[in-house]
Amino acid sequence: MDDLYREVIIEHYKNPGYRGKLDPHDISFADNNPLCGDHIQIDLRVGTDGVVTDARFDGHGCAISQASADLLIESIIGKPLEEIKKLNKESILELLGIELGPVRLKCALLSLKVLKAGVYGLGEASDELVE
Amino acid sequence: MKLNVTEIRKDFPILERETRSGVRLTYLDSTATSQKPLSVIQAMDDFYRRSNANIHRGVHTLAEESTALYESARDRIAKFINAGSARQIIYTRNTTESINLVAYSWARANLKQGDLVILTEMEHHSNLVPWHMLQAERGIELDFITVTEDGVLDLEVYKSLLSRRPKLVSFTHMSNVLGTVNPAAEMIKLAHEVDAIVLVDGAQSVPHLKVDVQALDADFYAFSAHKMCGPTGIGALYGKIELLEAMPPFLGGGDMIKEVKLRSFRANTLPHKFEAGTPAIAEAIGFGAAVDYLTKIGMENISAHEHEITEYALERLEEIPGLKLFGPSADKKGGVAAFTLDGIHPHDVAQILDQDGIAIRAGHHCAQPLHEKFGIPATSRASFYMYNTKEEVDLLVNGIYKVKETFK
Ligand SMILES: Cc1ncc(COP(=O)(O)O)c(C=O)c1O
Repeated sequence: MDDLYREVIIEHYKNPGYRGKLDPHDISFADNNPLCGDHIQIDLRVGTDGVVTDARFDGHGCAISQASADLLIESIIGKPLEEIKKLNKESILELLGIELGPVRLKCALLSLKVLKAGVYGLGEASDELVE
Repeated sequence: MKLNVTEIRKDFPILERETRSGVRLTYLDSTATSQKPLSVIQAMDDFYRRSNANIHRGVHTLAEESTALYESARDRIAKFINAGSARQIIYTRNTTESINLVAYSWARANLKQGDLVILTEMEHHSNLVPWHMLQAERGIELDFITVTEDGVLDLEVYKSLLSRRPKLVSFTHMSNVLGTVNPAAEMIKLAHEVDAIVLVDGAQSVPHLKVDVQALDADFYAFSAHKMCGPTGIGALYGKIELLEAMPPFLGGGDMIKEVKLRSFRANTLPHKFEAGTPAIAEAIGFGAAVDYLTKIGMENISAHEHEITEYALERLEEIPGLKLFGPSADKKGGVAAFTLDGIHPHDVAQILDQDGIAIRAGHHCAQPLHEKFGIPATSRASFYMYNTKEEVDLLVNGIYKVKETFK
């Protein structure tokens, strides 16, 4: 439990490497976690070969949601969209390196939900995307 | 009379528990729901062990007993808020359902397109959404008494809204975020001068202040048992007799009828007209035990104790660098302290405090528009009841310093 606020998480929360917006971009999507009002927007640039060439996230929220967004963005640059579609809950928990209860899991998974909804070109980010 | 908090705490078995090994619970979330004294738990337990039967219409011993217990609780709840009669206390599931009852029954019979309903910017979602729904259905108009920077209602704005002749004014007696106690009696008087009906959301006031619905001259008054030492699943709506008599029924079914034909029905008398189907019987009995408990301790004593704790809490919290409090000073509010910490999300604050067994709430507390008004998505909220102590405030303050250390 005390692990929840591991240094990596605090570090990515306070000094994110990939916070910002991309203009122009090929994909952009945003959503909220109504529970805590977390908000995440993700912008992607994608090459003709379907590989992510650059990515940024923006928004606000708790340390878990913002750190997991930063870690996620870091991990997808240079990856093909097809691979991103395969990311799930476990991928995020691996990035964070912590166990999470059901409430905070929602915070952690918001960025992945937003990312996948954008990649699939969906109108809405649903929970099924990250199961 | 000064409360003997040590004795009071013994009445609440849950306060003894640990949240993890060696960490005792510090419960600072009574605004969301209060803890329950043994007398309430026992009243419900006794009912199921001894008297359980469906109420009304039964002639056997248990049915008579359970009906008597159910109705006696109503009598005591009526006395607790000084209602003229028990017929004016309608059992509902909670404050939310009480407000919806007024919106469905009274408002749909009395409001038409263009009629103005006045609310405030500090309302809980339960006193906003029913009116949004009616607006979509009926085309009523909504306007809002603004909240000032220091977290009180702007009564000048209220007066100018009243000049537009609203049909209904509905506001919370006490804010669940800012803690602000609104001048309900004065606001009701002003509304009555322009013949508006007034609904008061008493979810936070009835548990913490002495409320006299007749002295206030409220037309409707809504509250929940679970925030005042009672169980979940039961609440009440108080209404003036002539309003309740004239209103159409809310839900249809058993118990709310006097007579049913294949193609028609006649509604029952008050309060049963609004209580369709088998109600929450054990919970009503628990509700009765809760008002007995509060009466025994004394509402004035509870308010005074909470005031002392709140004053101390605000003073201690104010000292913390980077901490911003919301709401008015202690003399204008109940036992609620909502705050933000620079650079740290309320969810993280609550999570780290939980490691020390300290239970506070983080989020928008079902008052999103109010948070938007202050330009923040969420706050952390500590709230106090009769069983809280200054030592617990100290634990909270130490915990917040720990949070700051984690994010240093
Ligand atoms: C001011 C206020 N109004 C209404 C409610 C809704 O109460 P309930 O959820 O019991 O219906 C609450 C509960 O948080 C409240 O604080």
